Amino acid sequence: MVGLHKSEFKNPVINWIDTRLPLFTMMAKEYGVFPTPKNFNYFWNFGALAMVNLVIMIVTGIFLAMNYDPNTGNAFESVERIMRDVNYGWLLRYVHANGASMFFIVVYIHIFRGLYYGSYKKPRELLWMIGVVILLLMMATGFMGYVLPWGQMSYWGATVITNLFSAIPVVGDSIVTLLWGGFSVDNPTLNRFFSLHYLLPFVIVGVVFLHIVALHITGSNNPLGIEPKDKQDTLPFHPYYTIKDSVGICVYLMVFAVLVFFAPGFFGDPANWTPANPLVTPAAIVPEWYFLPFYAILRAVPDKLGGVLMMFGAIAVLFVLPWLDTSPVRSAKFRPIYRLLFWLLVICCFVLGAVGAHHPNGIWVILGRIGTAYYFLHFLVLLPLLGKFEKPLPLPESISKAVMPVAAE
Amino acid sequence: MNIKRIAILGAVFGALLLPATFSPAMAQEEEISLPKQDWSFTGPFGSYDKASAQRGFQIYKEVCSSCHSLKLSYYRELEGIGLSEEQIKAVAAEQTFPTIGDDGQPAERPGTPADHFHSPFPNDKAARAANNGALPPDQTLLVNAREGGADYIYALLTGYEDAPAGMKLGDGMNYNKYFPGHQIGMAAPLSDDRVEYADGTKATLKQEARDVATFLAYMSNPELETRKRLGLRILLFLAALTCVTYAVKRQIWSDVHH
Repeated sequence: MVGLHKSEFKNPVINWIDTRLPLFTMMAKEYGVFPTPKNFNYFWNFGALAMVNLVIMIVTGIFLAMNYDPNTGNAFESVERIMRDVNYGWLLRYVHANGASMFFIVVYIHIFRGLYYGSYKKPRELLWMIGVVILLLMMATGFMGYVLPWGQMSYWGATVITNLFSAIPVVGDSIVTLLWGGFSVDNPTLNRFFSLHYLLPFVIVGVVFLHIVALHITGSNNPLGIEPKDKQDTLPFHPYYTIKDSVGICVYLMVFAVLVFFAPGFFGDPANWTPANPLVTPAAIVPEWYFLPFYAILRAVPDKLGGVLMMFGAIAVLFVLPWLDTSPVRSAKFRPIYRLLFWLLVICCFVLGAVGAHHPNGIWVILGRIGTAYYFLHFLVLLPLLGKFEKPLPLPESISKAVMPVAAE
Repeated sequence: MNIKRIAILGAVFGALLLPATFSPAMAQEEEISLPKQDWSFTGPFGSYDKASAQRGFQIYKEVCSSCHSLKLSYYRELEGIGLSEEQIKAVAAEQTFPTIGDDGQPAERPGTPADHFHSPFPNDKAARAANNGALPPDQTLLVNAREGGADYIYALLTGYEDAPAGMKLGDGMNYNKYFPGHQIGMAAPLSDDRVEYADGTKATLKQEARDVATFLAYMSNPELETRKRLGLRILLFLAALTCVTYAVKRQIWSDVHH
């Protein structure tokens, strides 16, 4: 394959570059004429939305980092300086803080869309697994970002979560010391979290690139869950899906703007407006909302190590999901029982989220345990069995046959 | 069909359940409900009642500032509640700040609008020592840092009563209906006619509490008015952009059967 690329671009400058480095040909192939199933619904916007969100986070983050001081004595004050002294600093900070929530909303919808339409099934297993890696990286980044303002919840959240690693037998305590850079959450912890919080988003960019490459090898799934058969079933990505994604982006930006401009504290915890104080524990240590279901699973198990294992297990089952779901049919549209189970799983996750937000006593303990048990039951027992027993509805012959029934012939 | 109905019912049930389960203040064991006040700065078009905030500043200066710092905000931010540049310079100049003199020795200089508000105590320890061991919290972000915000400030300031029979208060502690745990170190700071308002408003306890809550709300969120105005313009723009984009989308897709 050594040799110049034969470029079809007419513009001499573009042609010159493209001959030597066929970026333009690649973009035209992957985002111009790229054949895309023509039956996407608006849930297929969320991948593009996540991409936009990632860019917003990186851009606002870079400017915030120019004004932030990762020192326990100055961090809280430097954030308040951003709010009061930096031109439009409040905007940068509120976009970044609420952007984290928006990112998780978008990505959770993206994931549940994949669950509903079976986007993780052959041949998209690796694409799905790379996605789970992105989720894990996002969680690490989000957690460390929340520590940076050095408020009460930053400090105590960091203390609780890093302490989880002490549950690991033998090496647990050493790992915690390593994470802290000392013997408690302190200045070295804040320094390394800042460094990693700046690094990980770029790792995410790299893994997102792999996610997209894998997507462009297999092609997108679609609401029917059947592969496109011929040209009738697909449309070129541009202009059909560039414009459809643009509609989604506009709506997404409106939701984002309502949050940033009219309810910037909606997802926040008032306790984080008080500077970190190692001597005063807040009445309740609650993680950010996007961790609540996992926090509920952690606390559902009366044993520390068991809880930690279950919490990480909740993500680990997603890695092997392509092999746990034994049904050859992808879309829940043709799987009546799976469709019911899907919605039960959604409810289960919301219940776990509510459990994570409450003190673990009374009804919340019971709900937490039922929710945790059901979560794993869904993935480890129900899905493997369902593929064997469920009778799927007949699949349409092709995408175009399904969307253009008899009349159009 | 049946299964679909069950699924939809389940989803609706779950959605209804949600607000009820997430919202209660996660922190408190005992739920204290705060009476809701009508504030001029809530809602998408909200802005601060400047006269009220200025009265609130008067109270801060004459009452609160003897114990509570406001150390994250600047004198210049008083512009947002309607003080003129001259007034702000005068307010700042009332305080002295440490500096290094031309001879290299520690000296003092008058405050300027660019200074942070002068704190009543040099450090937290001194503040505790002077207040029976309790630390008066910095008030810059108090409205954001308390569940309920301005409603909480108002409720707290008007919530002092005699302790119910049988409740034993700690040494030097006071009973307050709205303080978590009901025992608060701060004695009732405001009362009828605690200050004499410069603008002639009658200084009832409720008026004072309202004014100081408005002032502190401003101090916590000095960007609020700019933020909401900008937000409205951006939303209008996005709404128009959404309509245009959607129209273009319809046009492009008009030849596709889907």
